[in-house]
Amino acid sequence: MSATGIGAPVRRTEDFRFITGKGQYTDDINRAGQAHAYFLRSPHAHAEIVKIDASKAKAMDGVIAILTGDDLAADKIGGLICGWMIHNKDGSPMRAGGHPALAQGKVRYVGDHVAVIIAETYQQAKDAAEAIDVTYKTLSAVADIDSALKKGAPVVHDVAPDNTVFNWHLGDKAATDAAFAKAKQITKLDLINNRLVPNPMEPRAAVGDYDAGTGVFTLHTTSQNPHVARLVLSAFIGIAPEHKLRVIAPDVGGGFGSKIFIYAEETVCVWASKKVGRPVKWTSDRTEAFLSDAHGRDHVTHAEMALDDKGRILGLRVNTKANLGAYLSTFSSSVPTYLYAPLLSGQYNIPAIYCEVDAVYTNTAPVDAYRGAGRPEATFVIERLVEVAARERGEDPALFRRKNFVTQFPHQTPVIMAYDVGNYSASLDKAMDMADVKNFGKRKKDSERNGKLRGLGYSAYIEACGIAPSQAVGSLGAGVGLWESAEVRVNPVGTVEVLTGSHSHGQGHETTFAQLVSDRLGIPLDQVAIVHGDTDKVQFGMGTYGSRSGAVGMSAIAQALDKVIAKGKKVAAYALEAAEGDIDFKDGRFSVKGTDKSLAFGEVALQAYIAHKFSGQQLEPGLKETAFYDPTNFTFPAGVHICEVEIDPDTGVTRIDRWTAVDDFGVVINPMIVEGQVHGGIAQGVGQALLEGAHYNKDGQLVTASYMDYTMPRADDLPSFAVGMTSTPCPSNPLGIKGCGEAGAIAAPPAVINAITDALGHENISMPATPQRVWQAAQQSQRKLAAE
Amino acid sequence: MASVTMTVNGKSVTATIDPRMLLSSFLREHLRLTGTHVGCDTSQCGACVVHVDGRAIKSCTALAISLDGAQVTTIEGLAADGHLHPMQEAFREHHGLQCGFCTPGMIMSAVDIVNRKGAMLDEHTIREELEGNICRCTGYHNIVKAVAAGAQAMAATKVAAE
Amino acid sequence: MYAFNYQRPKTVRQAAGLLAKAGGDGKLLAGGQTLLPTMKQRLASPAMLIDLNQVDGMSGIELKGRNLHIGAMTKHADVANSHVVKTAIPGLAALAEGIGDPAVRNRGTIGGSIANNDPAADYPAACLGLGATIVTNKRKIPADEFFTGMFDTALEEGEIVTKVIFPVPQKAAYEKFPNPASRYAMVGVFVGKKGSDVRVAVTGAGANGVFRLPEFEAALKTRFNAKSLDGLSVPADGLNGDIHASPEYRAHLIGVMAKRAVSKALGK
Repeated sequence: MSATGIGAPVRRTEDFRFITGKGQYTDDINRAGQAHAYFLRSPHAHAEIVKIDASKAKAMDGVIAILTGDDLAADKIGGLICGWMIHNKDGSPMRAGGHPALAQGKVRYVGDHVAVIIAETYQQAKDAAEAIDVTYKTLSAVADIDSALKKGAPVVHDVAPDNTVFNWHLGDKAATDAAFAKAKQITKLDLINNRLVPNPMEPRAAVGDYDAGTGVFTLHTTSQNPHVARLVLSAFIGIAPEHKLRVIAPDVGGGFGSKIFIYAEETVCVWASKKVGRPVKWTSDRTEAFLSDAHGRDHVTHAEMALDDKGRILGLRVNTKANLGAYLSTFSSSVPTYLYAPLLSGQYNIPAIYCEVDAVYTNTAPVDAYRGAGRPEATFVIERLVEVAARERGEDPALFRRKNFVTQFPHQTPVIMAYDVGNYSASLDKAMDMADVKNFGKRKKDSERNGKLRGLGYSAYIEACGIAPSQAVGSLGAGVGLWESAEVRVNPVGTVEVLTGSHSHGQGHETTFAQLVSDRLGIPLDQVAIVHGDTDKVQFGMGTYGSRSGAVGMSAIAQALDKVIAKGKKVAAYALEAAEGDIDFKDGRFSVKGTDKSLAFGEVALQAYIAHKFSGQQLEPGLKETAFYDPTNFTFPAGVHICEVEIDPDTGVTRIDRWTAVDDFGVVINPMIVEGQVHGGIAQGVGQALLEGAHYNKDGQLVTASYMDYTMPRADDLPSFAVGMTSTPCPSNPLGIKGCGEAGAIAAPPAVINAITDALGHENISMPATPQRVWQAAQQSQRKLAAE
Repeated sequence: MASVTMTVNGKSVTATIDPRMLLSSFLREHLRLTGTHVGCDTSQCGACVVHVDGRAIKSCTALAISLDGAQVTTIEGLAADGHLHPMQEAFREHHGLQCGFCTPGMIMSAVDIVNRKGAMLDEHTIREELEGNICRCTGYHNIVKAVAAGAQAMAATKVAAE
Repeated sequence: MYAFNYQRPKTVRQAAGLLAKAGGDGKLLAGGQTLLPTMKQRLASPAMLIDLNQVDGMSGIELKGRNLHIGAMTKHADVANSHVVKTAIPGLAALAEGIGDPAVRNRGTIGGSIANNDPAADYPAACLGLGATIVTNKRKIPADEFFTGMFDTALEEGEIVTKVIFPVPQKAAYEKFPNPASRYAMVGVFVGKKGSDVRVAVTGAGANGVFRLPEFEAALKTRFNAKSLDGLSVPADGLNGDIHASPEYRAHLIGVMAKRAVSKALGK
């Protein structure tokens, strides 16, 4: 391993600009003559818009234009879309209500977009917004799943009179019923997967700009996937054809899923820039982010596990209701379906699984993918169930898991997935060793002596990453393919630019991807530039989410590099006057086998461009190759996290005393960056388990709309983490990579809750396990103890 | 409109501004020092932390007009003579950042912690002192390591200079 | 933020004059750590903003006999780090060290905190728990009469807090249970003992702001020990309830924090 190659903890090349304040985020970008947009948002969760009177506002200082849904309709601008078709049990399509970028006739959640005010300054736009007189006819709202599903409940979209988007299922119901019929033990749980707000630290922003001379729109935006944004804005919303629309996602300050989607605000900014003949800039404030960024999770689940007399799992039955909010966001429908149910088998041999999912409209912000997307929800179901099943049997939860682990690969689960490789016991062994599980009993006694409760919780998670084989997802309803592209441009002096369809918003691609190039081409890291986030530079790409940039994005780069080396061999053969088959490439040099004749990579690049040693009939000049890599399978990162908590029963405060994570990500390019991804994921998972929860009141007002009420994990809420690795290289991609971005967020919640319930001695606690809830639960423990 | 004069990163700046202008807007929009970020509306995230007269403050919660005569240092002014500040180096060395958005405020707060608490910082102290800076990417693990290492590097640099 | 007329007086007298001129539509800007966020969210819209930051003589810490004088514009960080405060009333320095976060403590002032009387602020508990006197440009007001309700004080129009005088106690300590999200006090209990007098003041929990607990005080007067509070409880009626803490949970936490404050005051 070289100091900068695959496996080296190379310090990040992108860091210099960030630590010196030279990053270029969307809000840092200003276009000459730009105007500022402010969105007037609905204060009501559900209302008809009777009238919008903007006459007074239009006359105010600095106001350039006030636009509404009527203007969108007049310009024939289409609505926002949901790009994944889910079918009901009876085969009929899901019921997608219209989603105009500015409301047309009705508002459906607090924060819904009523009008945009474009003015010389942001303050003027905001002042004018207050002067717009909107007459609403308020309607009763449905703020949660239960009220939405009540008979006679207010209807969010006319296309779905019962507020059900779809009723979907996966698995073999008859086989599962049969498994339950012969079960000796049935473990049942009711679970709530709490609603979260993603909260990347950089709020969303957009600058739309129209060049009347060329007819080209440029949109700078906070996106994880600028090409998908361009595709949707062009082909579906109809702003401009793709070759007349450039989307740039510059430095992006975190995404966690929430910046995948195509939102109303960027749509309006780019459309309005032509309408007003000025660049239009919008930057979200944090309250707007809470109101209008797509939220995550929000499931209510009843799950049952069937076991035989020896404690082997026979079957799993899951019924989930998923809140999708007021409109179907870009990939919302895939999250509680194909990103969820196929992971319900966990790391276990489960012969029969049947899962039903009802997706529900409510008068709340749209819900879509948030770090892990579906897989944290599935992992919470299976890892809580196995823990409780083991406890009911009086069995050690680690032994119980081990007994049921999948040990033979490949392994076909009853829910689509074919696990390719793994060694789950290895991760469990290592994690138990690192967590010093054998001395847990001693620590528990010490805690008891101090009046504290101590508990230990496992989470043996698996996820499906590297999304995804295009043909497979197409057959499941995806509207797009999920391959990735790469272009490797070798300059005549041998420096290299890699254009990738992946997008880095914190993941360190500029370093990791360059490590691969350096490793393969044998050139120093500083001779490699990674280019991403601009549709004018990168031909096409699917972006970054679902832990796909390594497994899919880098595989595309590897494929393009192979082509560059192959072409380089041809050039070298002419330059060295040898047969192509006699050219070797190693450590950055092309050499003729069995001779001392060789050329450095840069020298061959120069030969390729000056083209003096071959004719145009023999070989095309230049050295630039493109690859589109379409994966053949999902990848299956897996691992074991162990959480140890200490609870103060007097206050209900839960302190995480130790966190151990052992993950199998296959081949790791940069362990420093991978560990950083694990840390961040765990923090978000702990946030879900202990701290975070989006709360709407019954009228559909978001109570947690700022950091005053929504608990973000802070430094003193978390411990340092012990992170270890095991490795079974992924067989389905050329690099053996599985992906690491979501693991922590998937693994953590059940580990925390299993630890808390272990400490409490009962299962009655829901997420987030806030001090108040834990205090109440601890009182229940005391009553239980007193009764025994 | 009113006039304000302050020293920003060693340079004197005079401007006529709307009294409503926050220091964060003054830096970002007026001086185009966009390294200072704004991540919330409730003075909690800390992405906007700068030093005023040697103390860390939240620039989103101070009126520029109120800081007439102040000495302001932003992330852009931390590196001296082309050399990174030891705390900046520590964040890079210990992978104390991912998306980079909270980083300028984090680093400015970290330098302030060392100024107040000295070079020998234990993990508990660092975590408590970072209460006013929110990071969504790193889980704080590497930030804590970076601050501890940066504190010692700052002390070493100071000793070397004396 | 709405537009306002900005004024920067040099003396308390000038400030008071401007405040009178604004006729109820003026606001004093001290550290601004509560006022500015409120104005940013357009929840406050003073026509005149009177900046006290250039007024001479409003900050400083001084021990005069058995009384600690703290100027209204003294920043939380300066109280927290003051050797004088740490020696005279360590519990007060510790309270200041726990307000907001370091950057907030570098701007926020004791006068601003007290005059605002946020129901979740820390300083009002210290004022009440130590029997402080609030000094204004017009008079001296005992803490017991100063805090009159949520965001409400005995301050009259044109009246400006200039300093706070804390009698030095034998023992005092503050215990706070922070709101997990905002980190403001969800329950904060300040306990002070001076001679035979014991005061227990609670912030964060009451619907009308900071309040005292006579029953707890009586028990602690008999014997200043956490055990003296065993069996005592606070009724949940009239306490705040929100998504983070019900009135019942707050009532319970008052008992726990009070005991912990007593133990802390005893150096346990």
